[in-house]
Amino acid sequence: MNRENTMIKKVRNLIMAFVAMLPMAIMAAPSGQALSFTCAGCHGTDGSSVGPSMPAIAGMDPEVFVDAMKAYRDKQRNSTIMNRIAKAYSDEQFKAMAWFFASQRLYLQPQEYDMNLAKRGAKLHDKYCEKCHENGGRPGDAGTLAGQWMPYLEYTMDDFINGKRKWPRKMKRKVDAAIDEEGQDAVSTLIHYYGSQQ
Amino acid sequence: MTDIDRRAFIRVTSSVAALGATIGFPSLALGATRRVVVVGGGVGGSTVAKYLRKLDSSIAVTLIETKPSYTACFMSNEVLSGERTLESLTFGYDGLRRHGVEVIQDTVVGIDPVKKTVRTAGGNNFDYDACVVSPGIGFKWETIEGYDKDVAAETVPHAWNAGPQTVLLRRQIEAMPEGGHVIIAAPPNPFKCPPGPYERASQIAMYCKHHKPRAKITILDPKDAFSKQGLYTEGWTKLYGYGTDNSMIDWIGAAGGGTVEGLDPDTLTLQAEIEDFQGDVINIIPPQKAGAIAFAADLVDGDWCPVEKRTFESQRHKDIYVLGDASSAAKMPKSAYAANSQAKVAAAAIVSRFQGLEPGDPTFVNTCYSVVGEDFGISVAAVYGLDTHTNTITPIPNSGGVSPSNASPEIRKREVSYAHSWFKNVINDMLE
Ligand SMILES: Cc1cc2nc3c(=O)[nH]c(=O)nc-3n(C[C@H](O)[C@H](O)[C@H](O)COP(=O)(O)OP(=O)(O)OC[C@H]3O[C@@H](n4cnc5c(N)ncnc54)[C@H](O)[C@@H]3O)c2cc1C
Ligand code: HEC
Ligand code: HEC
Repeated sequence: MNRENTMIKKVRNLIMAFVAMLPMAIMAAPSGQALSFTCAGCHGTDGSSVGPSMPAIAGMDPEVFVDAMKAYRDKQRNSTIMNRIAKAYSDEQFKAMAWFFASQRLYLQPQEYDMNLAKRGAKLHDKYCEKCHENGGRPGDAGTLAGQWMPYLEYTMDDFINGKRKWPRKMKRKVDAAIDEEGQDAVSTLIHYYGSQQ
Repeated sequence: MTDIDRRAFIRVTSSVAALGATIGFPSLALGATRRVVVVGGGVGGSTVAKYLRKLDSSIAVTLIETKPSYTACFMSNEVLSGERTLESLTFGYDGLRRHGVEVIQDTVVGIDPVKKTVRTAGGNNFDYDACVVSPGIGFKWETIEGYDKDVAAETVPHAWNAGPQTVLLRRQIEAMPEGGHVIIAAPPNPFKCPPGPYERASQIAMYCKHHKPRAKITILDPKDAFSKQGLYTEGWTKLYGYGTDNSMIDWIGAAGGGTVEGLDPDTLTLQAEIEDFQGDVINIIPPQKAGAIAFAADLVDGDWCPVEKRTFESQRHKDIYVLGDASSAAKMPKSAYAANSQAKVAAAAIVSRFQGLEPGDPTFVNTCYSVVGEDFGISVAAVYGLDTHTNTITPIPNSGGVSPSNASPEIRKREVSYAHSWFKNVINDMLE
């Protein structure tokens, strides 16, 4: 390789390093707590949303949290607004916020649900979902379902079923099986069951 | 999570916890009780009071507010469509009291930055170590001839502070004949809630579509462009025939003569730059400036209060912090989300300083949702950091922005439901 080429390469590397550094270098670095406080206007103080549809994120498993934020940032997950917000943060900042929210207590609010649907949903859950969504879907390494806002769960299930969100491994089979057993309102019974946990 | 990740997580959580312990260390142990006096119990004031107590419960926080309860301006356009009542926007201060905030109903008339005291109309003085001022906006009445406080209260409401005028405007729209004409005079920049006048036109149209389908709504605007214009245009086109001869909404910008110069309240006629406009209902949203106390306390430079962007401390007087609509916080807009976000930055800075620490680096978020019509919600969102070179609040590159154009009906519908959730959560984050 001749000298000129090496020079060009060096200069180009230098420029690229500079460009990569630019946003980080001029922007000050806030703490995980400071970053997390900014989410409360939508997700509630410390992540306990008071609804009626905005999801609670308090107590969320940190790995599920980081995966969710990355999926939003990379436009891999259907969203109304989180894709625009997630693009503002680095992986490190996702982790810092994950730790903050994982250590917050989730305060659940009462929601209106149908007792009969919820009863049927409980049975379906035990049979098809409990294996991954343990303890009735309480916060765990497959996210939070218990006590989550019901309209949000409806949106997410719609997204899975309509191919707008990637299915977690092996979940589709179980959801299909639940629908086969219970009919078209299977999903609705499950959501009423999760909503009944207050 | 792999084991390594989990170990790292536990390690960092415990160091975060340790850090929390030092941060949460009551400043009481370092000396006398620290006192913070908060002026104004709106979005900025209530949020800062709650978060100060949350971050350090040894701080004595007194909040002084003129009114017995808070009536939110955000979502008040839904009163105009009949979707909501004013009562549904009104909240008391008991939640803040439960956080240990002393809430006093009075009006602050002066702040002495040397003696560090706040003086009220009720004749009381309050000493402070730090004072936070979040009084919202005032109006530049002198800019529109023939318009003043009394005319606004009785015949031509501004309804830009939610309250009796919001209800008056609603009644006028209900009483207007079918085929009637509503005129909204929008303000010049900067003003409280940039998408607000256009959301207002939309909400009025939403009502008229069902109850007075031949009504017309004209927006007279001294600007050539406005917030979320593309999305409003899309929504108005889909819902209200915008762009056709039968459009319910008409927008006249500066170039078309939209700047309003005077009002004749007897004939309900507005004098605009090129021609006069006569209406059945007129809503003037006047040009704005910081609330009166900001002027009385010498916190302004021009119309607004200059602040340090790291802390929101006033650039004019030490130990006084100015939040929300009254502050100059470009590039953040004057919104409830912005005031809420700024309040947390100020609370953390005050707590750090009481403990003899340097304030940390700030981060901010803003969002404004607008409901353009039934099942048609849109939003704008931004995340900001402090640009330490220019000392300005700067959007993080390649993030934020408005809802996508021509999104599916399902997405537009979800945004309505999230708009209402945002309202509940931000109120809760301020007051509960
Ligand atoms: C129609 C409309 C729609 C809006 N929609 C949205 C929206 O969708 N999203 C959004 O984010 N924002 C919205 N906003 C903007 C939002 O309401 C304001 O930006 C926000 O309230 C600013 O908070 P603040 O603390 O600066 O002032 P405010 O919330 O106005 O609070 C100021 C408080 O201080 C009190 N006060 C003033 N002076 C004194 C004194 N001397 N002594 C004691 N008390 C005093 C006042 O009584 C008041 O309670 C909207 C505004 C309007 C008008
Ligand atoms: C303007 C409102 C708004 C703000 C601000 C906001 N979010 Fe969200 N968030 C949403 C909505 C709405 C959803 C549902 C997905 C969608 O439609 O975008 C969501 C979903 C999420 C989820 C997925 C929850 C789950 O159960 O899978 C996470 C995680 C999340 N947000 C984290 C955050 C964090 C962290 C912040 C602050 C940096 C934040 N959000 C700020 C509105 C908001
Ligand atoms: C094989 C494991 C598995 C089974 C079985 C399973 N899930 Fe899941 N599910 C997951 C994982 C993992 C996630 C989170 C991953 C992600 O966000 O993509 C998830 C996410 C979800 C979510 C989205 C939560 C959110 O916050 O957005 C819903 C809703 C859900 N599951 C419902 C169900 C229901 C209902 C069933 C039973 C019919 C079920 N799942 C069965 C693994 C499973």
